[in-house]
Amino acid sequence: MQVRGLHVRLGGAVILAGVDLTVAPGEWVTVIGPNGAGKSTLLRAVGGLLPAPGAVSLFGTPSGALRRRERARVVATVAQSPVVPAGMSVFDYVLLGRTPYIAPLGRESAADLAVVHDVLDRLDLTGFHGRELATLSGGERQRVFLARALAQGATLLLLDEPTSALDIGHQQEVLELVDQLRRTHGLTVLATMHDLSVAGEYADRMVLLADGRVVAAGPPDQVLTEELLSRHYRARVRVVPGDHGPLVVPSRPGPPRH
Amino acid sequence: MRSTPAPAGTRDASRPARVTGTPRPAGLRKRWLAAGVLAVLVALVAGVSLGPVSLPPGSVAAELLNLLPGVRLDSGLTEREIAIVTELRLPRVVLGLLVGGMLALAGGCYQGVFRNPLADPYLLGVAAGAGFAVTAVITLGGVGAGGALTGMPVTIPLAAFVGSLGAVALTYLLGAAGGRDRSPATLILAGVAVSAFLAAGQTYLLQRHSDSIQQVYSWLLGRLGTAGWGDVRLILPYFVLTTVVVLLHRRELDVLSVGDDEASGLGLHPQRSRYLLIAAASLGTAAAVSASGLIGFVGIIVPHTVRLLAGSSHRVILPLSLLFGAAFLALTDVVARTAAAPAEIPIGVVTALLGGPFFVLVLRTARRVFP
Repeated sequence: MQVRGLHVRLGGAVILAGVDLTVAPGEWVTVIGPNGAGKSTLLRAVGGLLPAPGAVSLFGTPSGALRRRERARVVATVAQSPVVPAGMSVFDYVLLGRTPYIAPLGRESAADLAVVHDVLDRLDLTGFHGRELATLSGGERQRVFLARALAQGATLLLLDEPTSALDIGHQQEVLELVDQLRRTHGLTVLATMHDLSVAGEYADRMVLLADGRVVAAGPPDQVLTEELLSRHYRARVRVVPGDHGPLVVPSRPGPPRH
Repeated sequence: MRSTPAPAGTRDASRPARVTGTPRPAGLRKRWLAAGVLAVLVALVAGVSLGPVSLPPGSVAAELLNLLPGVRLDSGLTEREIAIVTELRLPRVVLGLLVGGMLALAGGCYQGVFRNPLADPYLLGVAAGAGFAVTAVITLGGVGAGGALTGMPVTIPLAAFVGSLGAVALTYLLGAAGGRDRSPATLILAGVAVSAFLAAGQTYLLQRHSDSIQQVYSWLLGRLGTAGWGDVRLILPYFVLTTVVVLLHRRELDVLSVGDDEASGLGLHPQRSRYLLIAAASLGTAAAVSASGLIGFVGIIVPHTVRLLAGSSHRVILPLSLLFGAAFLALTDVVARTAAAPAEIPIGVVTALLGGPFFVLVLRTARRVFP
């Protein structure tokens, strides 16, 4: 996946001002940056939800040259807070992921149903198939959202704040699951995240976005530095080494409390 | 989590899935389809049997079967009674079935397209457009027998049809003025604006021509009374077209329920689907309104009942709304013409009397159905 010189203006404001980004097959890249930096917009442009003429190419093909259904077979997005349709069962929701393979106005084939069964099985969701999506807990729902994206059969997975609504245990569970799927399915992952320590533990590379530009890119220990984070987040942080990457700890200004 | 999964999501699922239970996609279950067809048949026989001259339902059923090619049963009805069945009551009941089915189908479609439980087929100005146009031709032209207008080359049904579609077109144009970011909400607001504008025009005309008020209101409150086979033939093509287009898109409406962004990500053109469905539903509604006037609540009552009882997928809601909407209106018409016989209660009044209390029920459950 390649992005070259991506400019996006929305409502007269410049959201992205010449973003370059390359994600290699099988790689996990996480985009970080303060609120309003353009992270979600970048993901939307890569996912084809915003016009980005000539700027995005997917597996060697300009994104604009792909028909919507073709693009849906190579890129799957899990939005920050996906709409939960009232009354829809887990099975039917995951089946929506097969839409790019079902003929317009047609109905799902036995093969589509088999894929859904398979994905539910892999994500330990088989027991949930008849449950209404709206009745699941946050962590369970996030697994179902991932299952829907997997059912799409796409190799590029775009995750917009996949763990923002989850407690720390479910965050780890979901991210471990994504990492496992990436390794076993050869998925490429492009994610946005706010929790910098967690982001650094899972990403191969990180991209720091600020004011619509890439201001730093590289392995987590090169991007998660006290100097870069305090400058672009305007936050006081301490960065300490961890087993899987640097850990970012917020540090309140002023004298220590005793 | 299983430790060695093989690639999933491929077109041909190479590995057989381990299935516990038998999950099936949401779809129309046979017993519900059978119930819907039965409701239509009951409404058909009841609608033809009941009236000033009550006919035995068994004989009526036999006479209706005689209309099928190759069937010859002795119904025991006299020539006059057969004429009552085939020339007077049957066209009225069939028109009721078509209009009821159309309004309920269009209502279910609108609720899905706009993701709004209170959307009804008149949302985008159909009612106000028809009301204004009919008021204009009645007050400015004068109407002769059978709805033919004296001194004007249009009839009331034509005025209603053109007025409805004109209003929806205006709503489209206003909604589209919002540019690329136009949302379903923009269209609804445009519909509100157009409806208010046309209602104001209608009120002005009525005030200026108060002698026509009764005539206008008798149309506005809806009627199936003057129905003949001509009315049925007139709306049948629109009924077929709308039904085919909407039912073919029933799965797409389920995809649209996850929002435009996700639907786009799944390969759909949400805007295109939405406009096509709105156009089809509006065309069918305009045809229904031109034949029967304004009949409220069917488009809300029926889809919500179906949703509550049979499931929330549009694969269930749309076909069942068509069947139960048809049966509901045909049966309501029986009430309208027998409850205060020999006088007829306007059918729109009956549907609204039933619809008011039902609306409360919908509002109480809407949070569960549409969080």
